[in-house]
This record gives sequence, C-alpha cells and structure tokens, in this order.
Amino acid sequence: MNRRDALNRVALILGGTVVGGAAFLEGCKQADKAAALTGLPMSAETIAFLDEVAETIIPTTNTPGAKAAQVGAFMNTMVTDCYDEKDQKAFLAGIASIDQACEKAHGHNFMKATADQRKEVLTALDKEQKEYNKNKKEGDGNHYFSLMKQLTLLGYFSSEIGATQALRYVAVPGRYEGCIPYKKGDKAWAT
Amino acid sequence: MNTFDAIVVGSGISGGWAAKELCEKGLKTLVLERGRQVEHVRDYPTATMNPWDFRHPGTLSSEMKEKQHIQVRGFCNESNSHFFVNDLEHPYNQVKPFDWIRGYHVGGRSLMWGRQCYRWSDLDFEANARDGIAIDWPIRYRDIAPWYSYVEKFAGISGSRESLPQLPDGEFLPPMEMNCLEKDIAQKISSRFTDRRMIIGRVANLTRGLKDRGPCQFRNACDRGCPFSGYFSSNSVTLPAARATGNLTLRPDAIVMEVLYDKDRKKATGIRIIDANTKKTEEFFAKIIFLNASTIGSTFILMNSRSDAFPNGMGNGSDQLGRNLMDHHYRVGASGQSEDFRDQYFFGRRANGIYVPRFRNINEQTRRTDYIRGFGFQGGASRGRPGSAEGIGAELKDALQEPGGWSMWLGAWGEHLPYADNRMTLSKDRKDAWGLPLVDIDCEFRENEKIMRKDMMNSAAETLEAAGLKNVQAFDNADAYPGLCIHEMGTARMGNDPKTSVLNRWNQLHEVKNVFVTDGACMTSSANQNPSVTYMALTARAADYAVRELKKGSL
Repeated sequence: MNRRDALNRVALILGGTVVGGAAFLEGCKQADKAAALTGLPMSAETIAFLDEVAETIIPTTNTPGAKAAQVGAFMNTMVTDCYDEKDQKAFLAGIASIDQACEKAHGHNFMKATADQRKEVLTALDKEQKEYNKNKKEGDGNHYFSLMKQLTLLGYFSSEIGATQALRYVAVPGRYEGCIPYKKGDKAWAT
Repeated sequence: MNTFDAIVVGSGISGGWAAKELCEKGLKTLVLERGRQVEHVRDYPTATMNPWDFRHPGTLSSEMKEKQHIQVRGFCNESNSHFFVNDLEHPYNQVKPFDWIRGYHVGGRSLMWGRQCYRWSDLDFEANARDGIAIDWPIRYRDIAPWYSYVEKFAGISGSRESLPQLPDGEFLPPMEMNCLEKDIAQKISSRFTDRRMIIGRVANLTRGLKDRGPCQFRNACDRGCPFSGYFSSNSVTLPAARATGNLTLRPDAIVMEVLYDKDRKKATGIRIIDANTKKTEEFFAKIIFLNASTIGSTFILMNSRSDAFPNGMGNGSDQLGRNLMDHHYRVGASGQSEDFRDQYFFGRRANGIYVPRFRNINEQTRRTDYIRGFGFQGGASRGRPGSAEGIGAELKDALQEPGGWSMWLGAWGEHLPYADNRMTLSKDRKDAWGLPLVDIDCEFRENEKIMRKDMMNSAAETLEAAGLKNVQAFDNADAYPGLCIHEMGTARMGNDPKTSVLNRWNQLHEVKNVFVTDGACMTSSANQNPSVTYMALTARAADYAVRELKKGSL
C-alpha cells in the first residue's frame, strides 16, 4: 500500500477528525533526489491538457468541476514537488498515452475530442488501471491513470470550490455535536 | 547582568512550568531556549489556513521527506513542519533504530503535543517494587496528587470523572461529547466486559473559557498553534504567566553546552551556552538550575558537564545517567466498520478521541502470566468520506460528495520497561555544527513489549468485535521504533539511593543539590499513560521545594 492509498484509507476511517491519524500513515521512504526531469515543471499547454483530463473525471454539474478548481496546475505542483522520479516519468508518459488511446478510438487527439469521446477514453483507462492494480506485484510502478485520478480527487476536494461547494466546510465550528440528523443527499464535511 | 536567581533550560511543557512557578515565587528567572523565538499567535503562520491554502494538501513534498526524513515518520506534515527540526542540521547516531522527534523553538513540543492527560496511580508508582525490576520510585500517588490538581486547574483539562482506581480522576473541565457510534460502543463494552470501559479522552483543550483563554473552537488544528488559546502550550499559558510577574528573561537561540560547577562549594554556579547563530559562548549564573531540555537534551547537558569532580558527567556517580531510556510502543490495534447510524452525523472537528484505560494486570482477576504491566487504547469513531470510487464523471463526483459509513479504530499505547542497557551516550568522534558531541542512541523494545504487543492487537480486535463492529481489521506496524511515540523518558531516574539513581524524590541531583531535572529524564518507569501532565506536576512540586530550600539557605 502506498502512502496515498493509506491516506485515503485513513480519511475513510476517520473522516473529519483525524486525531493523530497521520501518525498511522506509513512513513514515506526518503525521496529520490529530485532530478530536473524534462517536462517538469509542466508547460501551460500540458496544464491545459490536464485540466481537461481532470474535468472529465470530475465534471461541472450543479457545482463547478475540476477545471474551475485549477486541478491541472495542482497536478503540476504535486508531480513536480512530491513525486519520486519513477512516478514522475510514469505520469508524464501517461499524457502521450492518453492522446494515443484517443487517436486509436476516435482518430484525433484528446484536446480535439468531444466531452463524450473524452469520457469514453478515460472510462476505458479507468478500467485498465483497475485491472493493472489488481495484478500489480511488488516493485511494479504505478499506472499513470491511477496517479491522475488520485490527484484529481485530492486536488478537487481540497480546493476552495470542492471543499465549499461540492462538500461542506466550516472554518471555525466553535462547538462539537456528536450526533446530528443526517438525511441521504446531505453533503459530507470537507475536513 | 548575567546573574539571575534561577536558570531554566528549555521552554517546552516542563520548562514553561518551571519558569512560571519560579517567577511567581519571586525569583528572577532566565529561560534558555536552544531554538528560535515563537511568539504566541504572531508566529503561527499556518494556524488559520484552509485546506486549499496549502501547496501540497495531505502530502509530503520530496524536500520535506529529505530534510525532515525522521520527523515525517511521526505526524510532521506541511501544516506544522516549521515546528519540527531539520534532521540534516540536527543529526544523531542510531545504534539501533530510534526516531527522535524534536521541536527546537520557544515552546518546544508543547505546541504540537497530543494533549492527552492521564494521571498515574499507585499501580504505576509501585510497579517496579512489586515486580522486583529496576528500582522503586521514591514517591507515591499521595505525593503527587495535590500537584496534579494544581497543574490541571491552571492548564485546563477536559474529561469525565469515572472513579477508576488505575486512572484517578482529576480537576476537569466539562468532557467533550462522544458521537453516536462511540456512545453505542462504550455501552456495549461496559455490558460485555467486566474489566474494561471506554471513556472520552482527557485532553488539555478548553471546553469552557479559562481566564482569558479559549474556549476550544473545534477546528482540530492544534498542532499549528492556536490563535484562540484553546489548548495548553507554554507559549499561550505558562510563559505569559511567567512574563506577567516581571521576573522572566527569555533567551532564545541559546544552546546549552554545560552546567558550571564549583567543586569547593559542591554546587552548580551557572550555565555555559553557545549562541546558535553567532557561535559565541557566554556564561550565566544563578543559585538554582532547572534542566527541562527534554529527556535526551537534559541528560546530554549533564553528560557534557565534565570536570575533575565529575569525569563521567555531572551527578553520574551511580553510572545510571543515560540508562533506562524508555518510550511507549504503539501503532498497533484494530479498526472496524458499522452499518448503523446512517441517519446520524456530527458537527465540528473534535481534537480528541476516546480512551480505554488499562485493563491488564490491574488486579488478581486481570493477571497475565505471559507479560507484566499493560496498555491503554486511544481511538475514535467517525463517519468519513470515501477517498475514491470506481468510474469517472458525474456519477463519481456524486458518489464522493456524501459521507460513507461509520467506522471506529482503537490503537494501543503500551508500557516500555526500563532496561539498563537501553541507553544514550555521547559520541567520541562525531560532533554537530556547534562542536558539541552527537548523541548515540541504543534502545529497543524487548521480550515483554513484544509479547504484550500481540495482546494489544488481539484485544483491540476482540473489543471491537464484541461491540458489534464488522470487517474488523487488526494492524501492527512493525517499523514503529522507540522514539516514535514521542514519549521518550528515563536516562536520569529518580530514586532513594544515590548509588542506583541520579535524582532524589524532589528531582534534585543527589550529588549537586541546586540542580533539578523535571522533564521526562527523571522517570523511573514509563507506565502506559501519556506522560506530560506528570512532568507538569513533578515540575511544580520540585519548584515549590527548591524555593523553600533556597529560602531556608540549604541551597
């Protein structure tokens, strides 16, 4: 289990009250020395591409989607600052892979695709990463679409738009109530 | 102008208390802090940041993982990393793996501590004598009980009164509330077990305003520093009280090298420091000295205070200085899920969990044949949000906007026995950036801890299953080394006999009567409770004694 999975698991277990929760995460191994990898930080064009990928994963509905939350720029920051070289390479190579998958399915690249075509391509990649993770062995790298999806969800739900519109956020609750009524459809606390 | 009545080394939990008590008793007191100044509120840069204000929410950057590679094994993260040391600048030698988690700044770890406050009982103070290991504590519960009350009233501890012999009640502010699932589990544990109870955590957060502080706003951002003064820290509580007397001088960036000694008068005369920035040395003088530099820090200073009179370190005639290093062992327990209370949620972020007081080896009925001592559970229930789900698009977005089911976890915090060869020494060849010897740490968990640990995991799972939880998963993180619990203690233990202990029953060096050590270094055993409130009580007690002795002319 990598740290991001662990984080998700702990977030699931503890929800808004991560009391010492972070202490239960596996410690990260010391990062590889950040090498100046070609393609990092990313170009405006790449960030615009990732905005569209993120928007396809978390689209605008009755609340703004991932593009409005600037998840492309968030992915750039996270991949540049936090990923080890192996994940950085997998992530960057994945950008070309998405275009290739789109070319193959629809005859043109991802940016030129319609929203439905984009969803079709990424839905297939989501299934592919799920299969990949099922058969993943120790030492295997991460699937690039697992990384993109994780970053999209983290970036969106921790953004101001995600936390305050898709979810609920109260900066200063002022009190704690252990039991309040909940009805299906009520939004979750952002933190 | 370098002469004071008292010098306190360190400004963390115990140093803050020493400063307050000595200043309030009229002593001109100098507090030496090795790290930078941290002014209450002004120097809490992340205190009011929202999730989206962080560059890497919930994630460690490669830079942090390199510069703070030991600190991040604990709960150091982007929101509080400025309160943890840079491991590259503050090295030490791990003879065996030991995670030394530190905060070098005014307030020390009182800014980031977990705030859980549990009294010890005579089950703990009599434990060594009963088991015939190490040495007996020189004090009993009756000696410290009034001082627990004294510090609790001033610090502000919220909790419930339970009348449990192994976990005495204190002076509590109103308890925090349990949530629906916790209430249900607490009731089921009481009905299914005769030996265990689940109570709300006793925590140094103000559930009601106290003087000009608090109350707690339930933001659960304590370890960034609290602009509402909602929890106890030196910065928000004891140092302002000390300052209000007009008797406090606080000197940050002052790394203590040694305690100065006059062998004719057999007394300490002062302290020699090296300025962290200019690297100039300087001397300060006082009638009494309190070492509150943290367990390893205070013992380092004594070890480095060598003279003809003390060739092996000040007050080390017993050869016990540096020995019996302890921590608590943890990161073992269980979690489970509940299908109930789907129509219930919670409001606010409670920076506190629940507590299951020790239930092993507390009487004849709970006697274990396979290990001695015991452990307590901390944990909590919550209703989290799924971190991910299958698919992409609007369906995925919708699925992640609602809370999932309720779940509950229990983690065990276990006692670590004192072993003479679990110890720290000074490196003979390696030095830090200030020319001071590095610390070598040689400490491990042993047979009693390892056997106890199996029971810690299994009984956590058993407790959750008995309480009706589903999919109960036990966990045991094998790489939770000593130090990681940040309850390091021992190395200058208290005892009645100068031949086998470093400090007497008043936390006074047997061999140098005007030097007191009242941080974790003084501990003779570790019990399983979070130790800070015991350090506070011992500090206030020792300060009271020291000033009485000073007035009598005995120091």
